[in-house]
Amino acid sequence: MDIFIQQLINGLVLGSIYALVALGYTMVYGILELINFAHGEVTMIGAMVALAVIGAIAGSALDLPGLLVVLAGVLVAIPACMLLGFTIEKVAYRPLRRAPRLAPLITAIGVSIVLQNSAMLIWGRQYVSFPPLIPQNSHEILGAHITDLQIFIILLSTLIMAGLWLLVQQSTLGRAMRATAQSKEVAALMGVNVDRVISATFLIGSALAAIAGVMVSAYYGLAHYYMGFMLGLKAFSAAVLGGIGNIAGAMLGGLLLGVIEALGAGYIGDLTGGFLGSHYQDVFAFFVLILVLVFRPSGLLGERVASRA
Amino acid sequence: MLDLLRRPRTRSQARAALILLAVLLALLPFLTEAALGRSWVRVLDFALLYVILALGLNIVVGYAGLLDLGYVAFYALGAYLYAWLASPHFGLHLPFWAVLPLGAALAGVFGVLLGAPTLRLRGDYLAIVTLGFGEIIRIFMNNLNAPVNITNGPQGINLIDPVHVAGLSFGKTQQVLGLTLSSAHFYYYLFLAFTLATIFIAYRLQDSRIGRAWVAIREDEVAAAAMGIDTRNVKLLAFAMGALFGGLAGGLFAAFQGFISPESFNLWESILILCMIVLGGMGHIPGVILGALLLTVLPEALRYLGDWQRLVLGEVLVEPTDLRMLLFGAALVLMMIYRPEGLIPSRQRKREFHAEDGVLEQEQASLYDTRT
Amino acid sequence: MLTVVGVSKRFGGITALQEVSLEVRAGEIYGLIGPNGAGKTTLFNCMTGLYGVSSGEILLAGERVHNQKPHRIVQRGFARTFQNIRLFANMSALDNVRVGRHVRTRAGVLGAVLRDRRTRAEEADNRRRAQALLDFVGLGNKARTLAGHLAYGEQRRLEIARALATEPRLLALDEPVAGMNPAERQQMRELFLRLRSQGLTLLLIEHDVKLVMGLCDRVAVLDYGRKIAEGSPSEVRQNPAVIAAYLGGDAA
Repeated sequence: MDIFIQQLINGLVLGSIYALVALGYTMVYGILELINFAHGEVTMIGAMVALAVIGAIAGSALDLPGLLVVLAGVLVAIPACMLLGFTIEKVAYRPLRRAPRLAPLITAIGVSIVLQNSAMLIWGRQYVSFPPLIPQNSHEILGAHITDLQIFIILLSTLIMAGLWLLVQQSTLGRAMRATAQSKEVAALMGVNVDRVISATFLIGSALAAIAGVMVSAYYGLAHYYMGFMLGLKAFSAAVLGGIGNIAGAMLGGLLLGVIEALGAGYIGDLTGGFLGSHYQDVFAFFVLILVLVFRPSGLLGERVASRA
Repeated sequence: MLDLLRRPRTRSQARAALILLAVLLALLPFLTEAALGRSWVRVLDFALLYVILALGLNIVVGYAGLLDLGYVAFYALGAYLYAWLASPHFGLHLPFWAVLPLGAALAGVFGVLLGAPTLRLRGDYLAIVTLGFGEIIRIFMNNLNAPVNITNGPQGINLIDPVHVAGLSFGKTQQVLGLTLSSAHFYYYLFLAFTLATIFIAYRLQDSRIGRAWVAIREDEVAAAAMGIDTRNVKLLAFAMGALFGGLAGGLFAAFQGFISPESFNLWESILILCMIVLGGMGHIPGVILGALLLTVLPEALRYLGDWQRLVLGEVLVEPTDLRMLLFGAALVLMMIYRPEGLIPSRQRKREFHAEDGVLEQEQASLYDTRT
Repeated sequence: MLTVVGVSKRFGGITALQEVSLEVRAGEIYGLIGPNGAGKTTLFNCMTGLYGVSSGEILLAGERVHNQKPHRIVQRGFARTFQNIRLFANMSALDNVRVGRHVRTRAGVLGAVLRDRRTRAEEADNRRRAQALLDFVGLGNKARTLAGHLAYGEQRRLEIARALATEPRLLALDEPVAGMNPAERQQMRELFLRLRSQGLTLLLIEHDVKLVMGLCDRVAVLDYGRKIAEGSPSEVRQNPAVIAAYLGGDAA
């Protein structure tokens, strides 16, 4: 089996999930200049809600086809997360829109703690496993394996990202979002309802997070109240890598980070002569984050931000 | 109480207050043991440890306005260095007075190493990078047990030497001057000494050339640079000073606990310390002390909630320890929305958070923007 | 005192300054005028180290100061104020000025903690000088007031006191009388003359042509990032390019 191709495939799959979550960070940052620390937890809630629904249907007398059950889970998780994202913005961030910058960031951390611990109280500390509803057909390409699920994750996230791109570039809402990102004041003067645009941004981001949450739990076969933290940090790193505030950047950054991580984990043992092993996988995202911020804070696709001093 | 000391009406009143405070602090572990039991003396010890940590982080967050979410990494470095140099793990048993400064210095050096490349970042990016740094340190602590066993992985390091002073081991219960003192009592006095020293240093720093430079940077970094402050170095200094106290507290923790593992140094610990500062009032020493005391004692008191549930409901519905973080998170959100200046804020910070729009916009535009 | 040689500054594709050269002589009051967006503040920021230059040189008393960090330039004796007042709003007036003394004092962490005799002497000296500077600009009785609570004109004067605390040879003032009433302007004018009589060189960016013309020894005019004239106020006033670009449109 070709390790390189295999890790590349694994990386792309993970990367498309990161990209979906990164989009949520980048859109909010683009408009509010706020690191929505709680976004990773919204993803976790998406996975947990979907699993609860899936578990309930799978455990009931209904004998539905597996994929339909999963679909039902996703369809409940999406509105749940949208409601959650909408509420978070309204309750926790909106009152602080004019406060010094540290205040909303600290609030965001608080929200994320609340979500994580609520999830722990509701679903417990143990891992929740994803029922075996999805067929695990595997195909062989170039000496590596790829499963139906992996193909599906890549295709679906590509589709979603294309749709989002169209939405932002073509629709009225997209135009309003871009105008608000440029300047809230000017956009408001031009008749854009800034509050609504911000709410819409949170709604879209949360919907993407819900889908990503289900994908990640289906991919690993489990979910956990703590999963959102790491996932969120990695997605944020991906957004920074691509250039925060830049939608195409989040997509590129997500895919790249996934690949870097997978290849890194695959080869770190060889590179360090066995000193460090694949359990250092989680470190890569942080190194990427720190390196990007130090050497090119604007990210790969971001423009150099001119000084406003 | 500290406010009382700072605004004495007459000199003799101030002296009386000081003596009263000293007696109270000296008797506190005995009073606590008598009233609440010995386990609460340990809680006292932890409260003091957290006061040191919170005052250290307050230099970074409160004075210089740099949000550091990886503070616990410095705590971990101090603790691990202590464990390496004073436990059977490497067979080294250096005395605590040699190890503690080394741990503080190591943490300080790491503070500079982390700060040097990252301090030119804007405030919120800095927060995420420091958070990443904290996680990297933890991941390494968790995994550096093979092929060479440096940290002993998730199991952590055990049998760390207790503090010895003049032939007296702080690790066991002993008779001193006719009094029976437990390990918790010994450490109480040791920690109290370090805490008082930390408070003293924090006050001295605040009212000094360096302290004013920190606040100037927090207020307006561009203007601070234009007034001749080397903003990079002065921020680095804040980072290093904060880290130093983190490392010191880490060493004390290792000696006190006798056992450390990566679990003690996760992100939530950083956030807990941040909560203490935010709750009490950023940048205000009495506020930070109060925050640290409250947030160590309250969760302990929460444990009684379990007994209460059993009594009233016949079963424990919600584990009180599980509620702890939930309440902290909610407190952070509520504090930021309704009382961002903290419970007992400095007058200065209060105005900052409730500033008029004009001043605020100017501050926002300047405070966290870096020059390219 | 200050020599600017062929300085250009580009932001991305926009050229904000093009080959600007000028010389400020020791002991004079030098005015820099020009319409909005002419590049005055950009030049200012290049001189004081907030921006790097794209090309050209800036020398302070013969020493290179371009592309240096702001604090180094302050150390060499070049202080500034800001067009949109940038005080440390939540510090007292006295503390603002004390921060200005940062570069002329030395106490570090050890000094702060130990508060040895040297540090105590330094702090006492710092406090005394800061109070003297507040007295000098007429804010002696506002030492404990928060900078953010001062009236607008007082804030302008406090900024000058803070800049003076760095012991500059050259003080650059960015639109110091903007938004002031005639009485306040007169006060400021007197302050500038007093500063000059104490041997300070002043560089003045102004919008108020009348003030500049009446106060400055020499004047340079910027327009679209170029220097279009330099000389005594009366020479400049008669320069056709200046009349066309600036005086003709704005202040005639």
